[in-house]
Amino acid sequence: MGAPTLAVSRRPSGVARGIVRTLILVAILGIVLYPLIWMVGTSLKSQTEITSNTGLLPEQFTPSNYTDGWNHFDVSFARFFANSTMVALLTVVGNAASCLVAAYAFARLRFPLRGFWFAIMIGTLLLPQHVLTVPQYILFKQFGWVGGDWPYVPLLVPQFLATEAFFVFLMVQFMRGIPRELDEAAKIDGANAFGIFRYVILPLSRPALVTTAIFSFIWTWNEFFRQLVYLSDLRDYTLPVAMTLFIDSSGQSSIGPMFAMSVLSLLPVFLFFVAFQRMLVEGINTSGLKG
Amino acid sequence: MALTTAEQPSVRASRAPGIPVKRRGSRRGRRSEAVAGYVFLSPWLLGLMAVTAVPMLLSLYISFTSYDILSPLSEVEWVGLENYKRMFTADPSYWRSVTVTVSFALIAVPLKLAVALGVALLLNRAWRGVGLFRGLFYLPSLIGGSVALAIVWVNMFNREGAFNGFLALFGIEGKPWVNDPTWALETLMVLAIWQFGAPMVIFLAGLKQVPTELYEAASVDGAGRFRQFVSVTLPMLSPVIFFNLVLETINGFQGFTAAFVLSNGTGGPVDSTLMYTLNLYIKGFTDYEMGYASAMAWVFLLAIGIITAVFFTTGRFWVHYSDGDDR
Repeated sequence: MGAPTLAVSRRPSGVARGIVRTLILVAILGIVLYPLIWMVGTSLKSQTEITSNTGLLPEQFTPSNYTDGWNHFDVSFARFFANSTMVALLTVVGNAASCLVAAYAFARLRFPLRGFWFAIMIGTLLLPQHVLTVPQYILFKQFGWVGGDWPYVPLLVPQFLATEAFFVFLMVQFMRGIPRELDEAAKIDGANAFGIFRYVILPLSRPALVTTAIFSFIWTWNEFFRQLVYLSDLRDYTLPVAMTLFIDSSGQSSIGPMFAMSVLSLLPVFLFFVAFQRMLVEGINTSGLKG
Repeated sequence: MALTTAEQPSVRASRAPGIPVKRRGSRRGRRSEAVAGYVFLSPWLLGLMAVTAVPMLLSLYISFTSYDILSPLSEVEWVGLENYKRMFTADPSYWRSVTVTVSFALIAVPLKLAVALGVALLLNRAWRGVGLFRGLFYLPSLIGGSVALAIVWVNMFNREGAFNGFLALFGIEGKPWVNDPTWALETLMVLAIWQFGAPMVIFLAGLKQVPTELYEAASVDGAGRFRQFVSVTLPMLSPVIFFNLVLETINGFQGFTAAFVLSNGTGGPVDSTLMYTLNLYIKGFTDYEMGYASAMAWVFLLAIGIITAVFFTTGRFWVHYSDGDDR
């Protein structure tokens, strides 16, 4: 994997060049990771230290920021975590199921206007999400979904209707790599389009489903605009919306707890990153994706 | 519709005896495949209609009204082109947000891509640890768009932030950069550049596709490293550069979260971080001027469409697809 691909002219100075290159990369890595380490360090600094010590590490270890932050508002962060987790998991289910089904149609079935619909689907890839949120809000408001009994309806309905064209596209690309001979074999065994989906495409699409699940989870976890627009009751807040309360109340007094909750809310994404690092990087590679 | 197409084959078969009978079976199969196709497509189709097309057409209509979201939709008042007229002639905040967004994209996107390409070139020639470096450089792209990270970022460039701590090492006295109208947007640009990992990964994949023979040939012809970069790497990489440029520009125009966090949703200080999408949010969801916000959304959509079209037209002159490439 990490083999030198461009061993063009390895001159005598090659070793020195390699060392210089590695040193530059380490320096860049230092700059890239500094904000993250500083974030963790600051989340453990005492109030007085936050204003006096801009360095990485706390002199006085203050874990109480975490408990203070957790109970900083009238509703505990446990609730915000639960809300975010629920929205993210339901989004994962909705995206995986609806995009898989749509991708199967595009990748494998012949039907009138397929090319036309496919072009439309690719077109929606470029639709800016903020542009769509305004009209969706207006329509969902007419449906009585905005601020309804369960305010997550407008956040989740689109996710169950394959509107994340990116995932449809990713799965279409993946399915094109599944040998058609398998379809033919299943057909000879008497399977129709539904049987082929159930016994060939679905089991073989697991890698694409996993990639979709991971990206949907992370993107929904980080997503802010729509959650901000649709959630208005404190008890319904997801993490990103709850975090903005810190900005509102921002005196110097809450920086420690605010950083502590920032660390905690990024933790799930970080764990995903550690567990699926290769898959995430390959995922944007194969499909060429946003980040 | 399905019924009429089902009748056709038999009618045609009787009139044109040349068509083998065998095909009837395959046509029947094709018909059931078409039905299955639409069954599988139906969630997406429903989504396209109910969540994309209908809302967009509705908002196109609303952009010609003074709809305020609070009153019922049946009472909207038609105002013609009033919203659009106000946008272009009577709303300084609108032009302010256009300027902010365009300057953000013009500066942050090229710099981000330059860093991404530079690091990709270094990594491509690194001996070991490529996977680890690649993964860690990619990490900011995963978390950089979140509210939590934006909060950290804003504090990092505040008076007591890490950046001023760094400047102090050189005896430079910093300031609260995020509260300074001339610097606030720059801190957001740095945040965007910090997330160079996603385009970098795509550049790396592109670099792996460049045939080694090209470098060998160039080197035989006496081309130095710089010449090789200009004459081999850049042209061979141009499709990937193009892809990243289109993607990052479109993303760059849509920056919302960090600007919201920095300014607490106002676009301040002094409108210096009033990104287009933030202005859209303020007009629609703070001021409840949904008619005006709809007009803004449509103009934004048109602008993105035009910019994408311009990219694709000009791309023809500088994007090089090698022969035999199936694109």
